[in-house]
Amino acid sequence: MSVDDATVRKIARLARIEIHEDKVTKMANELNGILNWIEMLNEVDVNGVEPMASAVAIALPMRDDAVTDGNIQSSILKNAPKADSGFFVVPKSVE
Amino acid sequence: MTKLTELNLHQALSGLAAGDFTSTELTQSYLNSIEAQNASLNAYLVVTGDKALEMARASDARRAVGNAGALEGIPLGIKDLFCTKGVRTTAASKILGEFAPEYESSVTTNLWRDGAVMLGKLNLDEFAMGSSNETSAFGNVTNPWKRKGSNVALTPGGSSGGSAAAVAAHMCLGATATDTGGSIRQPAAFTGTVGIKPTYGRCSRYGIVAFASSLDQAGPIARNVKDSAIMLQSMMGHDAKDSTSLNVAVPDLVAAMAKGVKGMKIGIPKEYRVDGMPEEIENLWQQGIAWLKDAGAEIVDISLPHTKYALPAYYIVAPAEASSNLARYDGMRFGARVEGVDLTDTYEKSRATGFGEEVKRRILIGTYVLSAGYYDAYYLRAQKVRARILEDFTNAWTKCDAILTPTAPSAAFGLGEKSDDPIKMYLNDVFTVTANLAGLPAISIPAALDVDGLPLGLQIIGKALDEETVYSVASVMEQAANFSARP
Repeated sequence: MSVDDATVRKIARLARIEIHEDKVTKMANELNGILNWIEMLNEVDVNGVEPMASAVAIALPMRDDAVTDGNIQSSILKNAPKADSGFFVVPKSVE
Repeated sequence: MTKLTELNLHQALSGLAAGDFTSTELTQSYLNSIEAQNASLNAYLVVTGDKALEMARASDARRAVGNAGALEGIPLGIKDLFCTKGVRTTAASKILGEFAPEYESSVTTNLWRDGAVMLGKLNLDEFAMGSSNETSAFGNVTNPWKRKGSNVALTPGGSSGGSAAAVAAHMCLGATATDTGGSIRQPAAFTGTVGIKPTYGRCSRYGIVAFASSLDQAGPIARNVKDSAIMLQSMMGHDAKDSTSLNVAVPDLVAAMAKGVKGMKIGIPKEYRVDGMPEEIENLWQQGIAWLKDAGAEIVDISLPHTKYALPAYYIVAPAEASSNLARYDGMRFGARVEGVDLTDTYEKSRATGFGEEVKRRILIGTYVLSAGYYDAYYLRAQKVRARILEDFTNAWTKCDAILTPTAPSAAFGLGEKSDDPIKMYLNDVFTVTANLAGLPAISIPAALDVDGLPLGLQIIGKALDEETVYSVASVMEQAANFSARP
């Protein structure tokens, strides 16, 4: 499996990171270098092994679905790049 | 009176308790030390001098009424990955802009609860992704250590390079750090300091900027094993705000230090010998084995057969989790925004401008291994290999109580030496990353100087939740090594 320029453009779009056209091939080469190294995992016998998603084998705790805070509108908006009248201001997304 | 910055953390606690000096005086000494050294070392991104003195005065007032906590009056540095209320938090990335959190991380909350004083925020690799501090958007930290007879600037390691350098240069009494693949232990080894990553779930991740959530764990970097034990005891504890926080009692780590290693079985994994590792590191490892034998431990050869697959598995799991975690930086609700022609263009420009090259590389790798058609081949397989690595340790624990290894495959290297080869850089974590994948506690202690006069570390890995044994072994090693060299 190797990454070509079209794949780099595709995953960059999925990741919402703009990559200049003159950097695409360089990025493809870098990713291939890393992915080729990772290929060695194919040597490991993983038959019948359960995938491990968490470092600790505990059941996640449940909590009540209850409101525990509120009235913090100004805190929430404090770091917004743009805010107005208690709202986040974002670029127009529906024509 | 000796210079206050010469005292270590537990000596400073005694001095404060005896009334030899106040926290305000101690804190001022550290602010002076930062003022004198930070321009050359670049360890602190922000120095919160006024806040520090205010916290110190409040601490002195608490002590005066007999209300002193476990870290009362102790000035600490905080890795700039921990959210600190009202104080700019950057993760060493441009994408966070002027972000000043409206809340405090649970680990730092615990430290302030116990009376500690914040000196400022410490530099790191961007989003903790790096082993040399060179990916920081605010310039690298420089290691206070230099090779004998050389002026070449060396890396303090990474990602917690600011924390390690600040502790080594006496710009704080101890520092918080985080470790996803070795980010506490490798910089500790490179700077002659003590760094521990506790069992996954011991320290709350709430309020720590997320990198790879199933691997990230906080811990302290300190000047010696006892200081490390005192700090870690304060940092740990159950927190309902982190669903993976373990609801278990916090052990007495200082008491554990006195237990010794008589009759203990120490495992030596044969797979931790890598090509190109300097002979000095192999010799130091043998020296560590001899120290533990002399103290009454039994040395057992063990095998961790999947060790060489740990780093490649990590470079699937960690970027995958990072690509999900870092999706939140979209320039809409907080952080830096770069306006584009429409919403998607604004996202893409904000993220292209805000993230550095290594972070972008890891997000793209993560996006790729999680994308349709590749998920099973990469991500699922890596998770299965991770299970194999945990199984290696589970098997080892039937033969031994703790494992001794080198911390890193080299001493501190020159800045710029490895920055153009990602895989060469990644190999720094070859001995540390297994403990992250398996969730185990592991400490690095300074054990000797190499031929160039640079510190080298040894690592002790323990069973899950058995930090006590880790500290028992570390304390014996520290006494035997008697490491007292200074940068």
